[in-house]
Amino acid sequence: MEVATEERLNKEGRRAGPVLAKPRYITQNQSIGAKNSSQAIISPSLAESRELADRVLAGDRRGVARLISLIEDDSPEACPALALLYPHTGRAHVVGVTGAPGTGKSTLVGQLARESRQRGLTVGIVAVDPSSPFSGGAILGDRIRMQELTGDPGVFIRSMATRGSLGGLSYATGDAIKVLDAFGKDIIYVETVGVGQDEVEIAATAHTTIVVQAPGLGDDIQAIKAGILEIADILVVNKADQEGAERTVAALQLMLELNHQPQGWQPPIIKTVAVEGKGIEALSHEISRHRDYLQVSGRASLLRQHLAEEELWNIIRKTLVARIMDKLDRAELDQLIHDIADRRLDPHTAANKLIAQILE
Amino acid sequence: MPDGKKIRVLIAKPGLDGHDRGAKVVARALRDAGMEVIYTGLRQTPEMIAEAALQEDVDVVGLSILSGAHMTLFPRIMKLLKDKGMEGILVFAGGIIPDEDVPALKEMGIRAIYGPGTPTGDIVDFLRQNVQ
Amino acid sequence: MFDRETIEEIRSRRSAWEADTIKGNLKKSPERRDVFITTSSVPVERLYTPLDVQDWDYLRDLGFPGEYPFTRGVQATMYRGKLWTMRMFAGFGTAEETNARFKYLLGHGETGLSVAFDMPTLYGYDTDDAEAEGEFGKCGVAVSSLADMETLFDGIPVDKITTSMTINGPAAIIWAMYIAAAEKRGVPRAKLGGTIQNDILKEYIAQKEYLFPPEPSMRLVVDTFEFGSRELPLWNTISISGYHIREAGATAVQELAFTLADGLAYVQAALDRGLGIDDFAPRLSFFFNAHNDFFEEIAKYRAARRIWARETKERFGARNPRSWWLRFHTQTAGCSLTAQQPENNVVRTAIQALAAVLGGTQSLHTNSMDEALALPSETAVRIALRTQQIIAHESGVTNTIDPLAGSYFLEALTNQTEREVYDYFEKIEKLGGVIKAIERGFFQRELAESASRYQREIEARERTIVGINDYVTEEPPSIPLLRMDPEGERKQRDRLARVRAERDNEAVARTLEAVRHAAQGQENLMPHFIDAVKAYATLGEICDVLREAFGLYREPAIW
Ligand SMILES: Nc1nc2c(ncn2[C@@H]2O[C@H](COP(=O)(O)OP(=O)(O)OP(=O)(O)O)[C@@H](O)[C@H]2O)c(=O)[nH]1
Ligand SMILES: [Mg+2]
Repeated sequence: MEVATEERLNKEGRRAGPVLAKPRYITQNQSIGAKNSSQAIISPSLAESRELADRVLAGDRRGVARLISLIEDDSPEACPALALLYPHTGRAHVVGVTGAPGTGKSTLVGQLARESRQRGLTVGIVAVDPSSPFSGGAILGDRIRMQELTGDPGVFIRSMATRGSLGGLSYATGDAIKVLDAFGKDIIYVETVGVGQDEVEIAATAHTTIVVQAPGLGDDIQAIKAGILEIADILVVNKADQEGAERTVAALQLMLELNHQPQGWQPPIIKTVAVEGKGIEALSHEISRHRDYLQVSGRASLLRQHLAEEELWNIIRKTLVARIMDKLDRAELDQLIHDIADRRLDPHTAANKLIAQILE
Repeated sequence: MPDGKKIRVLIAKPGLDGHDRGAKVVARALRDAGMEVIYTGLRQTPEMIAEAALQEDVDVVGLSILSGAHMTLFPRIMKLLKDKGMEGILVFAGGIIPDEDVPALKEMGIRAIYGPGTPTGDIVDFLRQNVQ
Repeated sequence: MFDRETIEEIRSRRSAWEADTIKGNLKKSPERRDVFITTSSVPVERLYTPLDVQDWDYLRDLGFPGEYPFTRGVQATMYRGKLWTMRMFAGFGTAEETNARFKYLLGHGETGLSVAFDMPTLYGYDTDDAEAEGEFGKCGVAVSSLADMETLFDGIPVDKITTSMTINGPAAIIWAMYIAAAEKRGVPRAKLGGTIQNDILKEYIAQKEYLFPPEPSMRLVVDTFEFGSRELPLWNTISISGYHIREAGATAVQELAFTLADGLAYVQAALDRGLGIDDFAPRLSFFFNAHNDFFEEIAKYRAARRIWARETKERFGARNPRSWWLRFHTQTAGCSLTAQQPENNVVRTAIQALAAVLGGTQSLHTNSMDEALALPSETAVRIALRTQQIIAHESGVTNTIDPLAGSYFLEALTNQTEREVYDYFEKIEKLGGVIKAIERGFFQRELAESASRYQREIEARERTIVGINDYVTEEPPSIPLLRMDPEGERKQRDRLARVRAERDNEAVARTLEAVRHAAQGQENLMPHFIDAVKAYATLGEICDVLREAFGLYREPAIW
């Protein structure tokens, strides 16, 4: 019964558009192979999806909010609606903002949004905060820093929990961005979880990635991860009003020099005081400059290809895992795990065996 | 409800008072019960609350107020939610709310009112049972 | 205290007691719980003996009342000389209504006034401001201009009584109004006695009623210190408050540690301004909570005095013994009151008040039983006041000074509290001081943790709260509640409109401009506030000027 549902879903997904089947997001407290009878009963109606997509395209804020929830909850209506919206996406400039916890990402995004509004652009914001690994719940507090934007009809803010995803975004973030894009937002800011680890995922989602540093959170060179240079299009030293900001700037500069690329985009370092709105104009200017650079250099189309490939593989990976999980027999799996733990079987052989069985 | 579905709750503090102990304890309890809680900070106007509820597509709005301004602010919030097409949303309230105000608040659609000393488990159960 | 031999003897006898008497007993009837904890979740031992206070040195750690380190009290004779000030926090609705309540309280033997302001006033908004909608007079009295202040103290002898005003963000301006109102009646400012709470740091930590960012807020506080030390020698320019920190969920140790850390930060800020410690430190006062756990609270007050005396003397080199004094007001714990079976709150409040008295408080507010439900009614307030009078005159605890000193349990707890406070001092120091710790959300996080733990303990029934998780009855509360005059807001708005119409608007513009100029510079703002309020510039108008000059503040999001 369940398998059938999955397949029907996939077919509809394909019929509706070029997007592959939507992965079943695996949440922390979702047990492997759990029977999902309620989902089997819901008949994903294309009409409903179409209506949702129309509402988004017609500028209905509630429709946008609803669809993002359906995506997050991995509801059957989400995929076809996304497929319908896909041709309307690709217009917005997506700006990722990442950096360690408390560096001022939300404050900065709030200020950038205001600046964009002043320039007449409409703004979407997706702010991601971590889900608790224990309960699966989350407290999403990024809106606190964006309060005065709430009343502006040209701004749409959505908070999301990671729901088990580890790379600083949630599995649904990319699709939520597409909804806001189709909704007509000119610029979309995406605030990642402040994991302070390799924030590669945002670089595979955004056109322009901003890495935020702040003094006092370890301003020596070792504390700044080498990896950020690879993903940062713009480096921001926020809290420039605080002691040690110059040291942080100097450390970043040194790293940039050591990593100097003879050609192409040179990531600028911008000092900001987000709470006072200082340096925001300069930062905003750099974002535009980067956007222009992407266009003029022809990098934009390369980037589009690259992002498309990343996304495709992500979906394939997740869909496969989800499908495998669905088809697994719990008892058989337990037996395999047992065997591996007792050294009767090695994990590689076990995994290959399982996959072969399912793909047959 | 599909098992990917999570209950999303907006915990909002209308009015001027800054006593957020209760709001924070409830927010944490709901998180620990697996819900996603959006907290928008202190001193939210009715407009801000309704708009955040819309954008976040929450299932529940929890209002915490201790300043005594509930009879002025709550009706405005309820009306705005309705105007924005969210009359189906579950609204509950907490804080210092005299018993004599309770009937009027229920009348305007606030489903539950929790005074000081309410076990957070009661709130969790109530939300679980009453969200669609 | 004890020689080594005695200690060893006690030690071996104690082990024997555990092994024989206790073990046998436990077999027959186990104890009610595995762990016994205080209100602050601190585990408490089965028994305290001299072993728990081995390093205790009477002269060093306790000394004598009125002498360093003041563990036993700041005054030499304590309550044998003078009882604490019975000071009931009051205020609601219009200045007229609150004025009537003040007269009622003074008529019933209260000895000092304590003003509660409404929310808009606490945030520096006038009653007719859009931000004030629905908030008028709810948690206190509205004071938007000097006219309201004049009405509030009409017929009250401000030269004879002392007045405590619970106001923080706009404290300096409200104080200016009090001074101006008194002077208009011919009472010179030097004769005025009282307290403004004026403790902005705890607002960032706990109560969240701030107007501006920390730096300019601190400047306003130091302005009042400077002005007060010059012109109002009898006025306490700050009441450094742990009360609200506790209400926000802190443990006893957190309440004390954060409050004292705030106090030390104020001292440092004033020293940085160039003030002499002995010029302002004698006018610093404190304000603590009295929660349910009797001994834990008493230990807190005793440790507080000892730490403050040591820090002011040793760290800051104060010479005047008055600078070493930690004088404090106490309020029983509002957060301990239950809406269920509210009459029980009378008993809770009595126990809490008794702890405050045994802890040597200088003044006391006892909560009314209906405060978890609404504003207190007159009867409820009277019972609360009578509670203090019964403790003072019937219980006998005021006959001798610090009667619990020497209790092994209490002294051990006092020492432990002190140690843990110093641990917190160290943490705060490491974060770069109080303001840095605020900006990083350190305090907020600590409070959120403690508040959640307390709630969890109640729900897991590791802690019994009568009427909440045990001994529950289903009857609805039957306490008559206070009703506010629905006409109050209109009266207040009328008065405000009249003030705006009748005042000399040129003088208002001129004095506001002077405030703006001073705010942008370094000058002390107090004289400018007094000029502006005398010209009937409103609270909201003055605060708007400051909001523009200083900017706003938004707290970090902390869970
Ligand atoms: N001094 C100073 N503080 C700032 C600045 N920008 C932000 N802050 C403060 O830093 C704290 C954290 O800011 P947020 O914007 O919440 O930081 P964040 O990176 O979004 O935090 P997470 O989402 O929790 O990772 C807040 O207290 C801000 O007020 C700045 O430029 N200077
Ligand atoms: Mg953030």
